[in-house]
Amino acid sequence: MPVVKADALPVRTERDVVTARQAVRRMAQELGFSLVDQTKMVTAASELARNTFVHGKGGDMQWEILHDGERRGLRLTFIDEGPGIANIQLAMTDGWTSGGGLGMGLSGSKRLVNEFDLQSTLGSGTRVTITRWKGGV
Amino acid sequence: MAERIPILKMGEFLLVTIQVDLHDQMAMRLQDDLTTTIERTGAKGVLIDISALEMVDSFIGRMIANISSISSVLDARTVVVGMQPPVAITLVELGLSLSGVQTALNVERGMEKLRESIAGEALHAGREG
Repeated sequence: MPVVKADALPVRTERDVVTARQAVRRMAQELGFSLVDQTKMVTAASELARNTFVHGKGGDMQWEILHDGERRGLRLTFIDEGPGIANIQLAMTDGWTSGGGLGMGLSGSKRLVNEFDLQSTLGSGTRVTITRWKGGV
Repeated sequence: MAERIPILKMGEFLLVTIQVDLHDQMAMRLQDDLTTTIERTGAKGVLIDISALEMVDSFIGRMIANISSISSVLDARTVVVGMQPPVAITLVELGLSLSGVQTALNVERGMEKLRESIAGEALHAGREG
């Protein structure tokens, strides 16, 4: 799939989380996403960036602008080298939390995007990729 | 990290207008500041205007729910006003219902709601006593 533009942003502080979601807002706007779709992508990015910072001990958010024929999309990949997730199925359950949160971060952000992929290895890190296409699907 | 969300006192109510993109520490700090201010002023109601917020994720949602619960324990009502429709749609899809949090479309209606609920409680208390 043709990637038109790509880069990465650090996700190592709370401020980085805010900067990352502002960047996602700008890209979603430029792609012509509806206001609701922009908000969904920004919110999903906020949840995942916070996970990268809090649970993954910091990492990066890679972004890619996708053109697939007529389709326009935004793909984000959150990468950390933190402790990893012991039980992915459990972590994806609504309401399950490793502490502090509401347990809606992973399962909730999956509902906000069109494509969701989670890879995690205990002791070596986590990689979450989300994609949202303009106009859904 | 010095930024603080101002809390304005209007009679027996407190008004908080969130106009910046909140990072987590600011949200936590607001929760603490509001709790202290309710206690210090004896405010009966809190209005939180989030009309400028372009996003509410689970962390900010939890902060809003916490403020509502804490103020209720301190005998103050909280009304969240001005949530943008895309924010509301996203919040529900994310899985947060904010049940137990009172909402209103704008500050005026929120103020009415606070007055009504406080008047209603006073009436109720009067009947019992």
